[in-house]
Amino acid sequence: MLNFVVRRLLAILPVLLAVSLLTFLIASLLPGDLALVILGDQATPENVAALRRDMGLDQPLWWRYLSWLGHVLQGDLGRSFRTGQTVLQAVAERIPVSLQLMLMAEFIGLLIGVPVAIVCAARAGGAFDRFMTGSAFAMLSMPSFLVAILLIYLFAVELHWLPATGYVPFTEEPLNNLRFFVLPALTLALAEWPGIMRVLRSDMIATLQEDYIALAKAKGLKPSRILFVHALKPSSLTLVTVTGINIGRLLGGTLIVESIFALPGIGRLLVGAIYTRDLVILQGVVLLVACGFVIVNFIVDMLYAVLDPRIRHGHA
Amino acid sequence: MSTPLLVIEDVAVDLPTPRGNLRAVDHVDLSLEGGRTLGIVGESGCGKTMLSRAVLQLLPMKAKLTGRVMFEGQDLVRLPSESLRRLRGRDLAVVFQDPMTSLNPVLTIGTQLIETIQEHLELDAPEARKRSIELLAAVGIPAPEQRLAQYPHQCSGGMRQRIAIAIALSCEPKLLIADEPTTALDVTIQAQILDLLAREQRRRHMAMIIITHDLGVVAGRADEVAVMYAGRVVERAPTRGLFKRMHMPYTEALLAAIPKLETAPHTPLPAISGRPPDPTRPLRGCAFAPRCRYATSRCHEAKPGLTSAEMPDHLYACFHPIRMSEGIGA
Repeated sequence: MLNFVVRRLLAILPVLLAVSLLTFLIASLLPGDLALVILGDQATPENVAALRRDMGLDQPLWWRYLSWLGHVLQGDLGRSFRTGQTVLQAVAERIPVSLQLMLMAEFIGLLIGVPVAIVCAARAGGAFDRFMTGSAFAMLSMPSFLVAILLIYLFAVELHWLPATGYVPFTEEPLNNLRFFVLPALTLALAEWPGIMRVLRSDMIATLQEDYIALAKAKGLKPSRILFVHALKPSSLTLVTVTGINIGRLLGGTLIVESIFALPGIGRLLVGAIYTRDLVILQGVVLLVACGFVIVNFIVDMLYAVLDPRIRHGHA
Repeated sequence: MSTPLLVIEDVAVDLPTPRGNLRAVDHVDLSLEGGRTLGIVGESGCGKTMLSRAVLQLLPMKAKLTGRVMFEGQDLVRLPSESLRRLRGRDLAVVFQDPMTSLNPVLTIGTQLIETIQEHLELDAPEARKRSIELLAAVGIPAPEQRLAQYPHQCSGGMRQRIAIAIALSCEPKLLIADEPTTALDVTIQAQILDLLAREQRRRHMAMIIITHDLGVVAGRADEVAVMYAGRVVERAPTRGLFKRMHMPYTEALLAAIPKLETAPHTPLPAISGRPPDPTRPLRGCAFAPRCRYATSRCHEAKPGLTSAEMPDHLYACFHPIRMSEGIGA
């Protein structure tokens, strides 16, 4: 098992290096001169040239990458030239919002998707299965901004149950904080559960054909035990992958949902950085989000080993 | 004569397929008394596995089953699912063909054994664990305590089949169905597993159905043998009588197809020519007639029923039975 963890960790290093290179290139190759952006269009060519020298922009690309990477490895991702905030400060301020949104959305998504998938698989082709498969398909084709607007209309405008937009930190008003998060989390969850349900349902249907399920029935086990103990665990490898990808994606914030519900998360930070051409923030945030994604996927790999002993013992 | 433990009455299984209805089991009658062994023999696709699944009520969802499966006086076909569940694993156990796929790969051997015991017997966790260790020791697994914490992939094929047998025996079943229990195993292991089954059967006084394609497997082990072909029982007799004087040409061909030690090297095996009939298109006459060297026009026109001649317990379905005493039969 330790061997497995070390092997997976070593495999991550080149990925992280490639991520850093790509992040750097995206930010560097964007059209427009950073010095010109900072100084504005009234700047004299001399001022621009001086600033370019100060920022090292006159150096060759590979040199700029190495020096940036050197700083990053020391924990210095740079500082916004607009707000003076460091990248780490800005992210630390926003990440709790995106993290809470992600956790609540994934939780609701799994809460809907997993039981529906199990019931559908147990009676595949039945009326409930066909209805839910159809509903999942319909939900998949609804864009999140539409779902968000419909939810706001129903729960905020018509019923007045929940606030439409806004945010308070959990530490200040826990209950109100949760109320603010219900609608955005639900919006995301309604997009998440069809994927969760579809992969788990099809894996589960395949598992239920296995000999060991027939044997579990022949052993006289209760149907609930067969479904939840014998069938769910071997069927959840793809589910774990999908959930990992979802979490990684939501970790980077959700531009549309955070914007609609006015949640100050990573997504809003990124949108702001793009609008103001704050390349240092953009580059740093993208790098951190990508690293988070890689780490979540590493955790997913570890979960495989927890779920399937054959992977743990190096048989598969 | 005591009442039989299991009576299969007029059981037919139909499977809908894209090419039409497939009759997998065609009106089979069989019975088995407690403590005795019935061998069901036939080539692949003859319906022997479907018949065993019909007894266990483990047919595919689309399958249609008619007839009755009476187990201790209860019709399993019409039994409510909850009563059936309490019966399965406790009184009615099964060992499947392939131990590589019949054990759950993500659960420990201990879990798979203990859950069966705790489902049916009133034992607490330490007692169930103790019983599991005894069972593993009984089926010849060394260091049974360590095995409990292991997963199936950490055991060899023969070991896994022993574990599957331990699971089947765990609640002292009255009937054990062994569906090709040795087909997936190495030849050297096959005899060991069959001997283990026979020994445990005697010790526990349970009835057993051995399903196999190999007449050699049932030869010394079954009390009675039923030979199946194209979903029907075509010959049924006490084992000794069957091997001494088989009446059905198909049984003879099946026996001739087993390689023998006395045969000189490089002698071609007398394989049964042709193929079993397409089960989606039933023949008017005897299903074996197209491959039978004794067949006459009568065999192609009408289906022979199961009858007996010299011995009342030796049934066969043939118009031209072989090896009859003078004056009887053809």
